[in-house]
Amino acid sequence: MTDWIQHLVVVPIILPLIAGAVMMIIDERCRALKATIGIVSILGMIATAAILMVLASLRADGMAFIPSGVYRIGNWPAPFGIVLVADRLSALMLLLTGLLALAVAVFALARWHRAGSYFHALLQFLLMGLNGAFLTGDLFNLFVFFELLLVASYGLVLHGSGVTRVKAGMHYIVVNLVASLLFLIGVSLIYGVTGTLNMADLARRIPLIPAGDRMLFESGAAVLGIVFLIKAGMWPLSFWLPTAYAAAAPPVAAVFAIMSKVGLYVVLRLSLLLFGAGSGALARWGHEWLLFGGMATITFGAIGVLASQDMRRLAGFSVLVSSGTVLAAVGIGGTGVIGGALFYLVSSTLAIAAFYLLIELAERGRQPGADVLAVTIEAFGRDDEEEPDEAEGGVVVPAVMAMLGISFLACALLLSGSPPLSGFIAKFILLSALLKSPGSATAAVVPGLSWAFLILVIVSGLMTLIGMIRAGMRVFWTPIERMQPRVRVMEMVPVLFLLLGCTILTVQAGAVMRYMEMAARSLYTPQDYIHGVLTSSAGQQPPYEGGRP
Amino acid sequence: MEIVLSLAIGILAGAGVWLVLRPRTFQVIIGLTLFSYAVNLFIFAMGRLKVDAAPILAAGQAADPAHYTDPLPQALVLTAIVIGFATTALFLVVLLASRGLTGTDHVDGTEPDS
Repeated sequence: MTDWIQHLVVVPIILPLIAGAVMMIIDERCRALKATIGIVSILGMIATAAILMVLASLRADGMAFIPSGVYRIGNWPAPFGIVLVADRLSALMLLLTGLLALAVAVFALARWHRAGSYFHALLQFLLMGLNGAFLTGDLFNLFVFFELLLVASYGLVLHGSGVTRVKAGMHYIVVNLVASLLFLIGVSLIYGVTGTLNMADLARRIPLIPAGDRMLFESGAAVLGIVFLIKAGMWPLSFWLPTAYAAAAPPVAAVFAIMSKVGLYVVLRLSLLLFGAGSGALARWGHEWLLFGGMATITFGAIGVLASQDMRRLAGFSVLVSSGTVLAAVGIGGTGVIGGALFYLVSSTLAIAAFYLLIELAERGRQPGADVLAVTIEAFGRDDEEEPDEAEGGVVVPAVMAMLGISFLACALLLSGSPPLSGFIAKFILLSALLKSPGSATAAVVPGLSWAFLILVIVSGLMTLIGMIRAGMRVFWTPIERMQPRVRVMEMVPVLFLLLGCTILTVQAGAVMRYMEMAARSLYTPQDYIHGVLTSSAGQQPPYEGGRP
Repeated sequence: MEIVLSLAIGILAGAGVWLVLRPRTFQVIIGLTLFSYAVNLFIFAMGRLKVDAAPILAAGQAADPAHYTDPLPQALVLTAIVIGFATTALFLVVLLASRGLTGTDHVDGTEPDS
């Protein structure tokens, strides 16, 4: 019984690797076969993530499975070999990735996977990188998985080709290549000072760093932080993000909604593991930067939402608002706030992904880049071109504008955090934890800053609402009779699926929130994580022999 | 020894950063390459510099960690070189695609009005 379950942790990495590799061999014309393999692999990932999640929530210390939450690759003991760690936070992120990927893969079936080659294979490799980054317990291995997901994302961002995509994609690639080099500098500085790359071992050694070396370690950690904040899109490192996301093909942009969350995940994990209460002189190091940077990001994102004429850029800026909110929440800290931030992260990721998919459906049939100069369009009237007739079969959604309109409304409510959907609940939990906690947070937070954050969150919600309503009026309430976009059921279902996810979050908010609080609490007790990783070698069956009959 | 290596890393990194900030794609890719050389040397240096030390163990010596160099950064450098090479090659393809689609080698795809 425990034999197969031991290997469950590595499945989210192996499964997409095999699926992607098999797809590379299959001829590009067998798209249906490739898509089937991809979707089966994603379903497998979701099932694994769900099992890991259940197992993690059953265990007191939050590690995922029996006998310990740690998988040793090649069976090397922890500080020397690479370990994969599945705890509550990792399992949560795995599940979120899987759900998003499922929606995107199904959405692409309708037409987008024909826009270029290797869509499904690249998606699988991206998922492999994402899952690996969420699971790994080793800094250099994190670098490798980051590179994997980035290389796949370079391919995906160029999917469909075209001048805009290549231009935006090139900027995206350069920014990320430089970030990868910085990642290496940061990792090697940290290794030079502490002599370890294992995150748990690192956390154990940080209080022991001599005072003279502390500055070197801090610079290494700062360089590393910059890398993750580039990924997360913290102002002023975020200028590439809205452009690249807007240029990418819609299903790609939707799956990229989770990519900025990888940066957030690593920041959350490392800042609480390495700079938690137990790390001596370095406790809470860098948290003020996260708080102020997060607040600047919210401001920048909210202004961007108001200023953007194009719906895709609007979505890109809402990615920034969501990143900023989570970053600032991490900066403030406290289990309640982190729990709320996790809830917000899940809800906003689902909503943004749904929004990206929805934009493509709603704007279908309009001239490309039609609302770049929306003011001009509104002033001079619009002349829609005839939609190119597509000789594709498939069931067309009835009453399409009504469906799209309702979904758009749901996205607007979710992103702005208005009742009754999960966006509101997320913000409500976050803010009420903030109001309760100024005294009880792990370290003294200036209440004034908490208030500033609170006001920013509310104002940014309002600004998002205004921006969304304006965009919605332009698309759905234009009196000129316009072409009804042809939307197939297969494209509408993923949007509804993601929104259904948010609805479930709303209805089951209590149960979900209990899980989030447990995840936050286990982040605040890094001793369990460290102990779990470093003692995993004792009395455990060798994993490689365990799986054989 | 230390001063030579740090100067080399510094010059490579400085030249790389300067080139990455230049407007032509070819300059950018050369800059990225130089910068990655600097980073690779830097990782290597993080295993501490030793002259005349055995890679792992020297014959006839006791197994004392003080006698040999740290092999881990060397393994890390190998990984970093491989990944850096692959991503540079990939960027080269995008560079060519951009040149073909826009007809210019400017990073923004358009010539600045001068």
